Amino acid sequence: MAGSLKTAEEEAPEAPDTSGTRAATITDHIFRNPVLGPLGALIILIIAFSIFTDNFLSVDNTSLILQQSVVVGTLALGQTIIILTGGIDLANGAIMVLGSLVIARLASEGTTHPLAALVGILLCGVLGLISGLIISRLGLPPFIVTLGMLTILQSVSRLYTKETVLVDNGFLTFLHNGGYLFGQFQITFGVVVVLLSVAILHFALTRTSWGRHVYAVGNNDLAAKRTGINVRRVLLSVYVLAGLLYGLAALQSFGRSPATSPNIFPTANLDTITAVVIGGTSLFGGRGTVLGSYLGALIVLVLQSGLTQAGIDPLYQNIVTGVLVIAAVALDAVTRRKAR
Amino acid sequence: MSETVLEARNIVKRYGHVTAVNSADFDLRAGEVLAVIGDNGAGKSSLIKVLSGDVIPDAGEVLLDGQPVHFKSPHDAQQAGIETVYQDLAMAPALDIATNLFLGREIKRKGPLGSVLRMIDTKEMRKQSRQQMDELGITTLQSITQPVDSLSGGQRQTVAVARAAAFGRKVVIMDEPTAALGVRESKGVLDLIKRITGRGIPVVLISHDIPAVFEVSDRIHIHRLGRRATVVRPQDHTMNEVVGIMTGALPPPPIKEEVAS
Repeated sequence: MAGSLKTAEEEAPEAPDTSGTRAATITDHIFRNPVLGPLGALIILIIAFSIFTDNFLSVDNTSLILQQSVVVGTLALGQTIIILTGGIDLANGAIMVLGSLVIARLASEGTTHPLAALVGILLCGVLGLISGLIISRLGLPPFIVTLGMLTILQSVSRLYTKETVLVDNGFLTFLHNGGYLFGQFQITFGVVVVLLSVAILHFALTRTSWGRHVYAVGNNDLAAKRTGINVRRVLLSVYVLAGLLYGLAALQSFGRSPATSPNIFPTANLDTITAVVIGGTSLFGGRGTVLGSYLGALIVLVLQSGLTQAGIDPLYQNIVTGVLVIAAVALDAVTRRKAR
Repeated sequence: MSETVLEARNIVKRYGHVTAVNSADFDLRAGEVLAVIGDNGAGKSSLIKVLSGDVIPDAGEVLLDGQPVHFKSPHDAQQAGIETVYQDLAMAPALDIATNLFLGREIKRKGPLGSVLRMIDTKEMRKQSRQQMDELGITTLQSITQPVDSLSGGQRQTVAVARAAAFGRKVVIMDEPTAALGVRESKGVLDLIKRITGRGIPVVLISHDIPAVFEVSDRIHIHRLGRRATVVRPQDHTMNEVVGIMTGALPPPPIKEEVAS
């Protein structure tokens, strides 16, 4: 830790304690409410787009953005808890795709829908468990392990089925069609589920000992070990929970379309990393929030939607998203450096 | 002569062909500050790691209150009441002071909220953290809710020491607590050591800072070539003599009867 290596000169006796000054208090505030950054960015974007485009704040468009956020948002939650431990998951999209294929095939071949859904979610949990076991027991880098899982699962999905699997129309469409109407504004069940997931995870991360241990492992795994935390078990629990969330995302994917194929959400892994980073979670682990990641997913969608409404070429939209990612990481690096 | 709290006999630890600890002895009395000094590579770190459960010895035995103990992990030693302040402090920098104090030992909410949901009692942890800081007379920390990475090196050291003092029921071991600190902050840590022994908890102080060792320790364990060369009292020797024994320039004097356990 660089902080403990400060020299006597830096710690001059006459140097006043600066932690009480105004600047430090504001930094403290941002530290404690890391959601403020992405939330502010989202609000600014919404205001800007509603001024500069006609349709952006329309009921249809906002409902649509929320619905689009469901799958990537849910995947991003799993990605967040993994990144909080200092890891990364490149296989989340591939896990979700295989889960959705299994659910669809089981359901179309006559398995009752709840059972098919349960099998799919559990399968995703098991796939998370496999990554988690390799990473926590063998101590291999998550980047490589999940890259391998990604490659394997993409092939497994195509071996399992090469075509689009269609489930009958009624399947899980309540996630998309049902919900609550506020005037014209519709909050679908899918949106409710993702918001509930955010709330539950936020609670678990901030109010339970498990949550503290997740942050501690990501912050300093040696310290966590020395204070008696079972680091392996924490890591394993995170990968399993993330897997189950990917299963939930697989289920959610049927909310928008009753069909699935090995080719859906091809860039889900990168999209979730984008959302997590824009949401203010540090790729170095130990800092961040699930709420931020969901806001990050919304920011990307709002940007795309707003720029489309403004008639801007989608290629430019991706450039903007890329710039945003780098800016978010730069901000994180700067705050980390200051913190030291 | 006061009783021995922690004792080690004939500890051996080898790493491949290197014998880091070569049949070393160690004893710590109730309520004392025992300094452990030795040149780099003398094996004092390995010996201390055996006592804190970080390293499992190849041979020899460790006795706590006269009972043999076999630590397999730092967690075992902590359970037995031995707390260690590591040189790298073992902190999660993004988490606040109170959280770090209770890291791995969070206080749970009462009832099913705590036992089933594993909800933590943040309020109680903060209250007890403040209490602990007051008891140790720590005034340099502004707020218990500050994240640790907003603290200076000395303040972090203070938090690490406070954590060890809070949970060390039998022994507190400190590895180079003043190595990274300025003069004033070192003084603060030495005062803390005295306050911990004032509570009746003996402290093992591993240090290269010979003046600090002379200031706070009751006895000095001098480690050389993988074993205890001798144990002396600071009042019986000059700093130069002690350094001479440590480096081998002077022959180690036999352990005096009133210094031995």
